[in-house]
Amino acid sequence: MTIYDIIFYLFAAITVVSAFFVVTNRNIVHAAFYLLFTFFGVAGLYVLLGADFVAIVQLIVYVGGILILLIFGVMLTNKITSVNIKTGSMQLIPATLGVTALAYFIIATLMNTGWQTGTMQADIPSTYNLGMMLVEQYAVVFELLGVLLLIALIGAASMARK
Amino acid sequence: MMHIGLNHFLIISSLLFCLGIFGVVTRRNAVMVLMGIELILNSANINFIAFARYGNFGFHGQLYALFVIVLAAAEAAIALAIVLNIYKIFSNVNVDEIDTLRD
Repeated sequence: MTIYDIIFYLFAAITVVSAFFVVTNRNIVHAAFYLLFTFFGVAGLYVLLGADFVAIVQLIVYVGGILILLIFGVMLTNKITSVNIKTGSMQLIPATLGVTALAYFIIATLMNTGWQTGTMQADIPSTYNLGMMLVEQYAVVFELLGVLLLIALIGAASMARK
Repeated sequence: MMHIGLNHFLIISSLLFCLGIFGVVTRRNAVMVLMGIELILNSANINFIAFARYGNFGFHGQLYALFVIVLAAAEAAIALAIVLNIYKIFSNVNVDEIDTLRD
C-alpha cells in the first residue's frame, strides 16, 4: 500500500462521510459546515488526479463563494433569534430504498464495464495548458461563460432586491 | 488491497451522486436541496477529471470541470435569489408547503 493509496482513502473517507452528514444532519448550519469538508475532500481527490489548478479553483469558488452564499441563504431565511435552526426530512424509507438500489446499479455497471484506460496522463502542471486552451481552442466558450456570469449576477441582484 | 485505479474514483463519485440525490428528494428546506445539487455537480466533476486522466484525453476534461464550477456558481446565485423571494412571500422555504403559483 503506497502513500498515494493511503491519501486517496483518507480523502475518499472525508468526502463520503461528510457528504453523508450533509444530507442527514438536522441542523442546517452544521450541514453547511460538513459541506465544507466535502468540498475539501473533493479538492484533495482532484490533486490526486493531477488537476492542481481545478483543485485550487474548487477551494476558491466553492468554499469561498458558493458555501458562503448558501450560509447567507440559511441566515436570511430563518429566524436567527431561534437558537436551533432545524430542518426536517420527508419520505426517508422510500428514499433510502431507492437510493440504495440506484447506488447498487450504478456501481455494478461501473465494475462490469471494461474501461479502456491505456497510458495514464503524465503529472505535468496544468495551469499553463489550461490557460492556453482557454484563449485558443475554447475562446468562444470562455466569452460565453463570462456573459453568462454577468447575466446571472444581474438577474440575481434584480430578483433579490424586488 | 488493489492499486488505486479509475474504478475507485468512479465509485467515490457515484456514492457522492447517490447521497446528493438522497438530499434532494428528502430535505424539506430549499437551501438543503441546493446543497444536494452541489454534491451532484461535484460528483460529475470527479468523473470528468478521472476520465481525462485515465483515458489520457489531455486537459479537456479539466477544462469542462472548470466550466461546471462556473455554472454551479451562477446556479447558486440565481437559486438563492429565488429562495429569498419565496421566503418573502411564504415566510418559510419548505419545498413541500410551497404549492401555489400565484397569490
